[in-house]
Amino acid sequence: MQTIDRLLICNAEIIDFAAGEQKKIDLVICGDRIDKVGQIDADAFSGLIFDASDHVIVPGLMDMHVHLREPGREDEETIESGCAAAMAGGFTTICAMPNTDPPCDSQEDVRFLKKRAESQLVDVLPIAAITKGRAGKEITEMADLLRAGAVAFSDDGSPVSNNSVMRRACEYASMYDAVIVDHCEDVDLAADGHMNEGEMSTRLGIAGIPNAAEAIQVYRDIELARLTGCRIHIAHISTRESVQAVRRAKQEGLPVTCEVTPHHLMFSDKALVVYDTNLKMNPPLRTEEDIAALEQGLKDGTIDVIASDHAPHSIEEKDVEFEAAPFGIIGLETLLGVVLKRIVERKVLTLQEALYRISTAPRKVLNLPVPQLRVGEAANLSVIHPTREWVVDVKKTRSRSRNTPYGGMTMLGQVAAVINKGLLWQP
Amino acid sequence: MALQSRHLLGLEGVNREEIALILDTAESFMEILQRPIPKVPTLRGKTVVNLFFENSTRTRISFELAEKRLTADTVNFSTSTSSVKKGETLKDTIRNIEAMNIDMVVVRHSAAGVPLFLTRCVDAAIINAGDGMHEHPTQALLDMMTIRRKAGDLQGLKVAIVGDIAHSRVAGSNIHGLLTMGAEVMLCGPKTLMPMHAERLGVRVSHRLEDALEWADYLNVLRIQLERQHKGLFPTIREYHREFGITLERLEQAKRDVVILHPGPINRGVELDSDVADSDFSVILDQVTNGVAVRMAVLYLLSGSDPALE
Repeated sequence: MQTIDRLLICNAEIIDFAAGEQKKIDLVICGDRIDKVGQIDADAFSGLIFDASDHVIVPGLMDMHVHLREPGREDEETIESGCAAAMAGGFTTICAMPNTDPPCDSQEDVRFLKKRAESQLVDVLPIAAITKGRAGKEITEMADLLRAGAVAFSDDGSPVSNNSVMRRACEYASMYDAVIVDHCEDVDLAADGHMNEGEMSTRLGIAGIPNAAEAIQVYRDIELARLTGCRIHIAHISTRESVQAVRRAKQEGLPVTCEVTPHHLMFSDKALVVYDTNLKMNPPLRTEEDIAALEQGLKDGTIDVIASDHAPHSIEEKDVEFEAAPFGIIGLETLLGVVLKRIVERKVLTLQEALYRISTAPRKVLNLPVPQLRVGEAANLSVIHPTREWVVDVKKTRSRSRNTPYGGMTMLGQVAAVINKGLLWQP
Repeated sequence: MALQSRHLLGLEGVNREEIALILDTAESFMEILQRPIPKVPTLRGKTVVNLFFENSTRTRISFELAEKRLTADTVNFSTSTSSVKKGETLKDTIRNIEAMNIDMVVVRHSAAGVPLFLTRCVDAAIINAGDGMHEHPTQALLDMMTIRRKAGDLQGLKVAIVGDIAHSRVAGSNIHGLLTMGAEVMLCGPKTLMPMHAERLGVRVSHRLEDALEWADYLNVLRIQLERQHKGLFPTIREYHREFGITLERLEQAKRDVVILHPGPINRGVELDSDVADSDFSVILDQVTNGVAVRMAVLYLLSGSDPALE
């Protein structure tokens, strides 16, 4: 990582989602600002020059669903290591989920996170808890949390099951036009399940989590969005029923958005035939019909965002019998690669559409300003080589944890640079 | 001929010739078991660990006897005396045991996939003696041996498995084994105890015991665990017995002769009435006898010993 004095990026294709165009252009960055855009004579330029031929430049990539384990489980991930993984994955911005120990449910917790991330290139945006202690009973001091810098609310991992508490949380959050991010799971229906309930769980003898466990909670949230007007974002959507429900809600004009993870697009529950705990996550990997519905949801805009649900776990916790392993995999460093390999190469989305869902779209969902690639604006951008392949080497992961199913797999799209806050990172 | 895998993790993926080989081998061991001194030196010098992380009496004794009849050195390890409760991981436990130079591990565990997990941790041959709700291959093999002894051939036979299919590893292995051997399978039990999409495994599914009794030649009746009722999966033992319990009256009303198997231990008066269990319909004690021979066959075939049988 280095401080930018004067930097010229030349010959890059700039993708400007706002204008809906892609053009070849040179870009000069001075400090943390974009100084010039246009044709720049490299010979006459004094400063660092980066020839970005065959690269694209997009507003800094953003992952709105990340679990940093600090405070509490710094052996699995710290704010620093999480930011390093984020940069390697091409991100300039991540949202940190509140299920730390202690959970992020007070102004001090938000301040701690922001303070610890201050010197990082990556903007770490705290998502605070909906309820105190993430216990699902009393709502947090949302106004205070927002003032301290929280960008949304979620009890991710321990969804609020009491409908009345959730209703009040939605009403309260809507006063501030704040977004509730919900991990949709009926905990009674999911109960002791460890994978998708279906033919595979029957074959493998593992207790299943039915699609209905997610869909029921999605239906509830849609009705609460209708009742309260609160903006609700459904995290890591995984079933065809949920996609259809969100599609209908959007058609009705309700303020509902949703995200999908790369792994729910990449793998079906068939992959669990070897009981790989690095394929154990919640919601679980579903079936090929669900994947097809998720792809359709991406195509027609039902699914707004692709986010990683980066969930670090130690080797000790994961290298055990399947039922004893915790849910979750890391994903910051592989998100872009999987999206380009699985979604763009297979023509589910165009490159532009895919990059939109991991840069501009999450900011729109959370009502955050979108970095503009224009003179005078803060330079917050990612430089990507979209056609270069690379192979995942688990040993080289920047995350402190290595719980990934992608080891040895070929990915598409290499990160060449990320730029934010006057800092430049290159692999 | 030999088995393709060094391990027996389940019957899914084990082909017809292999199952036939195990059953044929078991038949030769049956003959040995009838001798005055029912013991052969086949596994002399081999060490087998019976690693039972879950309570078991009959399966453990059956394996232990099979090992002793083959002159293997056996060590028993069960949870009550294990270090598992002290927080040691499964991986460390198995590696420590292997470091003492063992050849084979017979494992039972409450979590599905543990036998496969162990193959990644150690070099020893792994035999699954029941993993969670997944498979219990030697039980299914002894069930098939019992049926084959009675019917001569499994091809075309109709076998109904009755009871708590969803939680049953016995059902899991029987489905794969029976279908591979050309038998037809029906699963019969309350919907709350039936796994999702069971019919996609290639079996019939029914929720009426009468269907099974009208259709089947053989009825494999599973044990109902009382904790399932506490979880609300069926209302009362009484209702279960009325709907799915095997009574002499029901068997006598059935149009065809049915043979009753049960993996044990029986809840008399719940899934199976006493007068049925003790009647000529039942081959339950034959199953127990055949179990030793089947386990001898599996141990022998996976031991890498000389093919010449004594």
